[in-house]
Amino acid sequence: MNGNKLSLQHKRSLLGIAFITPWLLGFIFLFAAPLLRSIQFSFSKLTVDPSGFTLDGVGWANFNNALFVDATFNRVLTESVWDMVLNVPMILFFSLFSATLLNQKFRGRIVARAIFFLPVILASNAISAAEASGLINLVGDATAVNELGQSGSQYNVMSMVMILSDIGLPLSFVDYIVDAILRIYEIITSSGVQILIFLAALQSVPGAMYEVAKIEGATAYESFWKITFPLVSPLILTNVIYTIIDSFSGSAVTKMIFTTAFTTQNFGLSAAMSWIYTVIISIILVIVGYVLSKRVHYN
Amino acid sequence: MQSPQAVRKEAQHYRIQKVRGRAVDILYALFRYALVIGISFIIIYPLLMKFSIAFKDKADIYNPTIYMIPVHFTMDNIRMAMQILDYFPLLGNTLLFVVVTTLLTTASCALAGYGFARFNFPGSNLLFALVILTLLVPTSTLMVPMYLHFRSFDILGIIHLITGKSGLNLLNTYWPSIITSATAIGLKAGLFIYIFRQFFKGMPKEIEEAALIDGAGGVKTFLRIMLPNAVSPMITVILFCFVWQYNDTFFTSLFMSELALMPTKVSSLAAQANALIPGMLGAGGGGSAVKADPNHVAMIIDTGILLAIIPLILLYLVVQRYFVESVERSGIIG
Repeated sequence: MNGNKLSLQHKRSLLGIAFITPWLLGFIFLFAAPLLRSIQFSFSKLTVDPSGFTLDGVGWANFNNALFVDATFNRVLTESVWDMVLNVPMILFFSLFSATLLNQKFRGRIVARAIFFLPVILASNAISAAEASGLINLVGDATAVNELGQSGSQYNVMSMVMILSDIGLPLSFVDYIVDAILRIYEIITSSGVQILIFLAALQSVPGAMYEVAKIEGATAYESFWKITFPLVSPLILTNVIYTIIDSFSGSAVTKMIFTTAFTTQNFGLSAAMSWIYTVIISIILVIVGYVLSKRVHYN
Repeated sequence: MQSPQAVRKEAQHYRIQKVRGRAVDILYALFRYALVIGISFIIIYPLLMKFSIAFKDKADIYNPTIYMIPVHFTMDNIRMAMQILDYFPLLGNTLLFVVVTTLLTTASCALAGYGFARFNFPGSNLLFALVILTLLVPTSTLMVPMYLHFRSFDILGIIHLITGKSGLNLLNTYWPSIITSATAIGLKAGLFIYIFRQFFKGMPKEIEEAALIDGAGGVKTFLRIMLPNAVSPMITVILFCFVWQYNDTFFTSLFMSELALMPTKVSSLAAQANALIPGMLGAGGGGSAVKADPNHVAMIIDTGILLAIIPLILLYLVVQRYFVESVERSGIIG
């Protein structure tokens, strides 16, 4: 009897392994192996020849090059990280706000939801690249395109700054808000998935809790902070991590790593760059994950 | 006893409060509509612009009084953009490619998600942590080794043993994407495995036990009982996978830059338009000094982008309802 049960369990675990076999194969051959390879590459000089490639160990030279010799890598890296640091709170705030908005009952809600998720469909590097090249073509110069994009919002920023600083907000905060307003399109278009995640979380909050709160005399403001926010908070962590990872895909650093590898053919330097980048992002993720998971409410 | 006056006063007070409450409600509703409509407009505006541009005649570019609706309707832009993109063969090609990879990804991720959700095998938690790791490592880190890997593709040296060559060159074939999607390691596959795992974890255990008692094996239970119930996470994953694959520039430009696929074609649209438009307008033919009007080129690019995203928008309009509902029925949260 006992032996029979054990063998059943054994069978189950074999079956489980069978289910994950495709992934496991992929993981070993197409993820773990390249990952180890790229560590190896970052410490070598890689020369591609028709029959394959040869590696010569160079120690830390590639890292040294990336950090201290290359003229632009440091700047591009800090800019990308800084952009991410600025964007994450904005995207998070906006997506929680929109999800709360879309979760309320009003006429036309279905249409509004369809529109709010449209950016998930349309977010594409190819399209934005084509759009930018169209503009560059029009103006003849990439910096002019950036300026155009900034003035294109047709919005008088100065008056906004004046009003906000008159209220007595610190200037750095005013700066942040104005920046958020100027980049509203970017923020809206990159928060589709996050809105979706928050919305799903909001839907899973039991309605009875709000009823109780209402009977007890809580205002909408109170019930948001005391009920909605704590129950949604685990998903804030998910969303922060998703947003950080998502901001990789089209960032300037990624492009730089790509061109270093495939345009200048310096594969070792490119691998070193991408590992510096990976380490920095991992450190950020660990810190953010640690800080947030301490404050998150789990029921 | 209250005096009648006090009662009346109280009633009045109550009425005022009620009116005030109504007013606040209406104001709030108006505020909400203003917000929702405003944000929706910001999202839709570029699309509307593209539609407007697509039907605009060249003559309308320099007319500042035209805002959205063109004066001279024309199909020329669409015709030209289609010609430059080689639209219908390109679309067919891309759709076939995307459908195949989407189906493979969904299948392999559903399998893995089910395996992680319902079976305990040694190291299953560690392995699932590795799934999350695949999401966290930036794709740019794996870029060069993956490229070299597919340049001389070989598993455990088998091909080398048989043919003596150093592996197959799979670059500029569809194989890299097909292999990565079949092994659940492709585009954001970690996220899909996660979604499936959360869903299967939420399914009641009794269903499985009942199936076991009725004599269904593990595979049969999965195919006959679990999958038909997993429609909602499946729609989410299929839609995401389809859209991201269709829009992906990373893997396509890395592995398949010479194949006719929508993302690579769209990102090189500007150069193509610049080179081809003068010839199309009958000015000078290819290679002459005649340059295209940059405004006209921008117009064609916008039209081309619109042509590229229209299939996605149509798809989205069809599945949008199921998609939003499926998310609400806790596909992601679980």
